[in-house]
Amino acid sequence: MAGSTLASPTASVPIAAVRARPFSPGREAWRRFRRHRLALASVVILALMVLMVVLGPLVWRVPINDIDFTARLSPPSWRHPFGTDDLGQDLLARMLYGGRISLAVGLAAMVVAICVGVLIGAIAGISRGSVDAGLMWLTDLFLSLPPLPVLLLVIYLFRDQLKDVFGPEVGVFILIVVVIGGFRWMPVARLVRAQFFSLREKEFVEAARALGASTSRQVARHILPNALGPVIVAGTIDVAAAIIAESTLSFLGLGFPPDIPTWGRLLYDAKDYLDFAPHWALFPGAAIFLAVLTINFIGDGLRDALDPRKVL
Amino acid sequence: MNEKRLRLLVGRVKDGKMSRRAFIARMLALGITAPLANEMLASGGVARAQERFPYKPTKRGGGGALKVLWWQGATLLNPHFAVGTKDQDAARIFYEPLAGWDPDGELFPVLAAEIPSRENGGLAPDGMWVIWKLKRDVAWHDGKPFTADDCVFNWEYARDPATAAVTIANYRDVTVEKLDSHTIKVSFKKPTPFWADAFVGTRGMLIPKHLFEDYKGDKSRDAPTNLKPVGTGPYKFVDFKPGDMVRGEINQNYHEPNRPHFDSIEVKGGGDAVSAARAVLQTGEFDYAWNMQVEDELLQRLEKGGKGRILITPGGAIEHIQLNSTDPWTEVDGERSSVKTKHPILSDPAVRQALGLLVDRKSVQDHIYGRTGIATANFLNNPERFRSKTMKFEFNIDKANQILDAGGWKRGADGIREKEGKKLKLVYQTSINAPRQKNQAVVKQACQRAGIDLELKSVTASVFFSSDVANPDTYTKFYCDIQMYNTTMTEPDPELFMNQFVSWEVATKDNKWQGRNITRWRNEEVDKAYRAAQGELDPVKRAALFVRVNDLVCSDHAVIPIVNRPKAGAVSNKMRLEISGWDNDLATLKDWYREA
Repeated sequence: MAGSTLASPTASVPIAAVRARPFSPGREAWRRFRRHRLALASVVILALMVLMVVLGPLVWRVPINDIDFTARLSPPSWRHPFGTDDLGQDLLARMLYGGRISLAVGLAAMVVAICVGVLIGAIAGISRGSVDAGLMWLTDLFLSLPPLPVLLLVIYLFRDQLKDVFGPEVGVFILIVVVIGGFRWMPVARLVRAQFFSLREKEFVEAARALGASTSRQVARHILPNALGPVIVAGTIDVAAAIIAESTLSFLGLGFPPDIPTWGRLLYDAKDYLDFAPHWALFPGAAIFLAVLTINFIGDGLRDALDPRKVL
Repeated sequence: MNEKRLRLLVGRVKDGKMSRRAFIARMLALGITAPLANEMLASGGVARAQERFPYKPTKRGGGGALKVLWWQGATLLNPHFAVGTKDQDAARIFYEPLAGWDPDGELFPVLAAEIPSRENGGLAPDGMWVIWKLKRDVAWHDGKPFTADDCVFNWEYARDPATAAVTIANYRDVTVEKLDSHTIKVSFKKPTPFWADAFVGTRGMLIPKHLFEDYKGDKSRDAPTNLKPVGTGPYKFVDFKPGDMVRGEINQNYHEPNRPHFDSIEVKGGGDAVSAARAVLQTGEFDYAWNMQVEDELLQRLEKGGKGRILITPGGAIEHIQLNSTDPWTEVDGERSSVKTKHPILSDPAVRQALGLLVDRKSVQDHIYGRTGIATANFLNNPERFRSKTMKFEFNIDKANQILDAGGWKRGADGIREKEGKKLKLVYQTSINAPRQKNQAVVKQACQRAGIDLELKSVTASVFFSSDVANPDTYTKFYCDIQMYNTTMTEPDPELFMNQFVSWEVATKDNKWQGRNITRWRNEEVDKAYRAAQGELDPVKRAALFVRVNDLVCSDHAVIPIVNRPKAGAVSNKMRLEISGWDNDLATLKDWYREA
């Protein structure tokens, strides 16, 4: 935790040594990130996955909904590298298509959750008194709402309007991202607020304040960068939760139309066939697993790289 | 062979000049199936040979515990408030009707001494009344005798609107009077060919007068016996946890000899169909599981375990696609799909006909439903005498394309057809259930090839099938172009089943969408044939009228029948039992036994 580390463990390093190798902050972060081997490998794997889902459908041109009853539940082969499901639809094509949606939903929902969480947490953390109390009441309120019934309500209220404006797929995408993001910002906001409480009393912030830095400058340049470590970790966990939450919604009939194969939906459809067609569940399961794991490692690496007080 | 000659032959069998077997053989040669021939004999007054399920145990009890699985658990145990089959089934353990329906769609006596017929003087020749003789020496579980007073009380109880019983429709239009301590007379307001409604089958279970007398009318929901039943059934009540578990113990004074076989019964609720199938077929923890709504592929794999089998019982349930004949996207007087509108696309017969050709029923049967769904061109499939022989189904994308071309629907740049600026795009909804989503995918693909764009929508079953007036996604509101679900036939007579196509049953805002005609399709000829069938006392003519209604509906593609879904239950290999497609699964519980 940034708040519990000593303020400046690097103070004893001779100033001359730092001057000798002037790194830009970005390069410095990259240098530090590279030291985290797992994070580096994760970046490569995640980049590969993203490339595959973005470019894959251009190369693997099998339609996602081509029903072929003669090839039902066939195991992986050259014709169907990932095998087929029980309607004989090619799983590789469905995985590639579904990956676009699952990854996009996961990342976008995380961005929404982090943005809202950081904003609310930061405002609450820096402004004492009634604003802080009010915002935390709001956070508690959202935490105490039962998510599923509220989701149902929101979706019933706004689904048709969004569909009319953006079309069925984009409309549902926006709705799901907002809804999932809108229900996952509370832990982030609490984390950020707690960090702010501790950081704003630190010497370097006091020094900045003494030098006449405005509140917004204190927050943006001094407190927030130091508070981001735990936020990034929380955000990476949110990606996984968002991918799973999307499949829950699809299962309840509130997410994407049933013929759109997101990873969560593929996994759900496959669950009853686990004992005799394991490939059907293994591939989407492995994809979700890999995506979540790599994003977590990257978050780990990023936290180390961006924490200015950690020596690497 | 004309009607006159048929009647002559039936008469010869009746007089003993011709054997039953010879008659049936002759009918088979004419292409009439055995059950239909049997039915013709029965309607001609020829008694039917008793060939009921053989019951082997020679003493009461000693069979140990019976464990069955109902993956939707019962929520109450008063048969007059039982909304779904799950509640009716649980009540049937303790309560019994006067008669039940056997697998052939014939009545068998339970609390009645015999089935009323013209021969025994139980049925009026003009169809205006029926007299039931009750079994003597039947006692309620608390020892009080069962008499005609109980029957009359059930009628008074259910017909009182303040009681708010689900069974009110069965008792509202009849009058019941007591002739003596064990005889009752049910009178109708108009000639009624289908007289076996009140006191019969799923909604005919009888509750004891002496325990419910004080709870008639608006106090009905306060009766302690709503949750602690005292009936005449083979098992006595022990314990009930709503939604979870029902337990019963053997009734030592049951009114049939050597029955029941088991010492206790436990009905476990909860879970889903697949896990229920596993519990019977794979692990063998349970003896029976109800309603196997599971892909046949999975069931077959589970059966290979050798612990149990799937029991298929024919019935009338039909999985079908409904085409909306009104416009679901325009609001008129506060409701969409109003009868004042016409569907902009589906009102074109070419589109309806093309859709009929684009449903690959054979593949749906072969690859999704298997034994649990038989491809059919008819809406009315069972009992066999009501099944039309003239309707055929076909899967032909080329022909659908030709029909659409001829109808003036031209393909646009994106491959979707259009006519007069209207794109051939439709929204297709159903409930969430794995086989249904597969069925949707199969139809969507065929439609794509014919230039029809289907947007698929799936609604969670508890919403889709609810009667919630505020929810736009219920099947009765039908705020969608086409929809698919399974509609069940609860009695072996199609009068109630076929009223889904008459004009006075249209579901509208005014009747809170309780009307049974959900497609909003209307046709004068259907109305006429249906009304004629309602008052027709000759079963052969009546069947012909219902067949005509079916043919009119299916040839105009008001609905597209897909598969006839028989009942499917999972049974342990040691269990011996018989299920009726026309009654509750537990209607024959008294005859269930286990082989050592």
